[in-house]
Amino acid sequence: MKPRPFDYVRPDTVEEALDVLAEHGEDARILAGGQTLMAMLNLRVVDAAVLVDITRVPELDCIRELEGSIEVGAAVTQNALLAWPPLAHKLPLLSAVLPFVGHFQTRNRGTVCGSIAHADPASEIPLALAVLAGEVVLRSRRGTRVVAANEFQKGMLMTAREGDELITAVRFPVRAGAAAFREVSRRHGDFAIIAVAAIAEDTDHVRIGVGGAADRPAVRRIRASDASAVRDAIERLAWELRGHDDIHATAHMRRDLLRRIGPLVVREALQCAA
Amino acid sequence: MRRVSRNERARVSLTLNGRKLAGEVEPRMLLSDFIRHVLGATGTHVGCEHGVCGCCTVLLDGRAVRSCLMLAVQAEGRTVSTVESLAGPDGALNPLQQAFQSNHALQCGFCTPGILMSFTDYLERNPQPTEGQVVDVLSGHLCRCTGYAGIVAAVLEAAQHHKRR
Repeated sequence: MKPRPFDYVRPDTVEEALDVLAEHGEDARILAGGQTLMAMLNLRVVDAAVLVDITRVPELDCIRELEGSIEVGAAVTQNALLAWPPLAHKLPLLSAVLPFVGHFQTRNRGTVCGSIAHADPASEIPLALAVLAGEVVLRSRRGTRVVAANEFQKGMLMTAREGDELITAVRFPVRAGAAAFREVSRRHGDFAIIAVAAIAEDTDHVRIGVGGAADRPAVRRIRASDASAVRDAIERLAWELRGHDDIHATAHMRRDLLRRIGPLVVREALQCAA
Repeated sequence: MRRVSRNERARVSLTLNGRKLAGEVEPRMLLSDFIRHVLGATGTHVGCEHGVCGCCTVLLDGRAVRSCLMLAVQAEGRTVSTVESLAGPDGALNPLQQAFQSNHALQCGFCTPGILMSFTDYLERNPQPTEGQVVDVLSGHLCRCTGYAGIVAAVLEAAQHHKRR
């Protein structure tokens, strides 16, 4: 299908984008890679009075190294981050996760921040941001605020972004060499039925995150000193998730998948750390 | 700042397969429709129009993208290449197309233009892919008649040809 009519605005700077958002608020939609938004517009499941195309704002198209974190601008595509030479060293979790995001062709245009903004509960990049305890940088004419990942993603497709705010970047804390990721989906590139990411904080503690089961990623810090402690922690997490039934899987199946994959991912993260 | 209101028609110029072309579009016109209906290059096929099937894949500044998930106005000033750019001026198939023909990698041919454009980009970046890598890139396309084995064989053969050159 074709989208309903809308006004199109293509700002050249962040300031211009913020002016448009201040003027139109909730009626405006930010268009970056468009790999979800354009599909939704074509299917007419969402409408926009104004589309604000930020793909040609040069200051948003950069990856910067900050003190202890990597800042990825709102126009940076998933494949651009995947091809960033220091990625495997600085953000091994993202190296592991990005090949599972859509397909080669959609990653050429889809953005890292776009996945965060859309906040699909089964999406891999928000899961990685949550496990890494990253941050989202929001700007509006009122100012700039930096929101922690777990406060940003509120629920199913819901975030803390206000109508006049633009996500200008996300920040992933640098965690070298101790990450693992696995997911189960119907086909590679589909949204995850269950996705599990983990980073080892030390040889005894792991941060584990689960996507696809609840309405947003669930992250726990668990003691990983022995296999039974890991099994027990994952069993508790499986029930806390309150997973849902849908056409892809039942809640029961999701819990079962987590029981099987969870310990493997924890072990892989610990092996990376060792 | 570029602004086009919903009732307005904007002039969009781009380079399509080496030629500078322009047309008038509403903001909501998809790049796929612009290429086919306004510029008249019908080699790019349109399947699902929500980014799943991959038929409409074209190169935007050399990168394989879904032309149904982009607006025509977004392609302003950019370089777009479609399946029409692959064969020589005399119609001679390029090595990738040749390999598709000799490996029976197409039957009805509807999905083929998109697949050719994806691998035109991918083989440029990774000229010697493994079978697994080819399958991974191919997972962004749907083929409903011939199946995927012939397509994988064709891409690997084209990579071999590239190596021999």
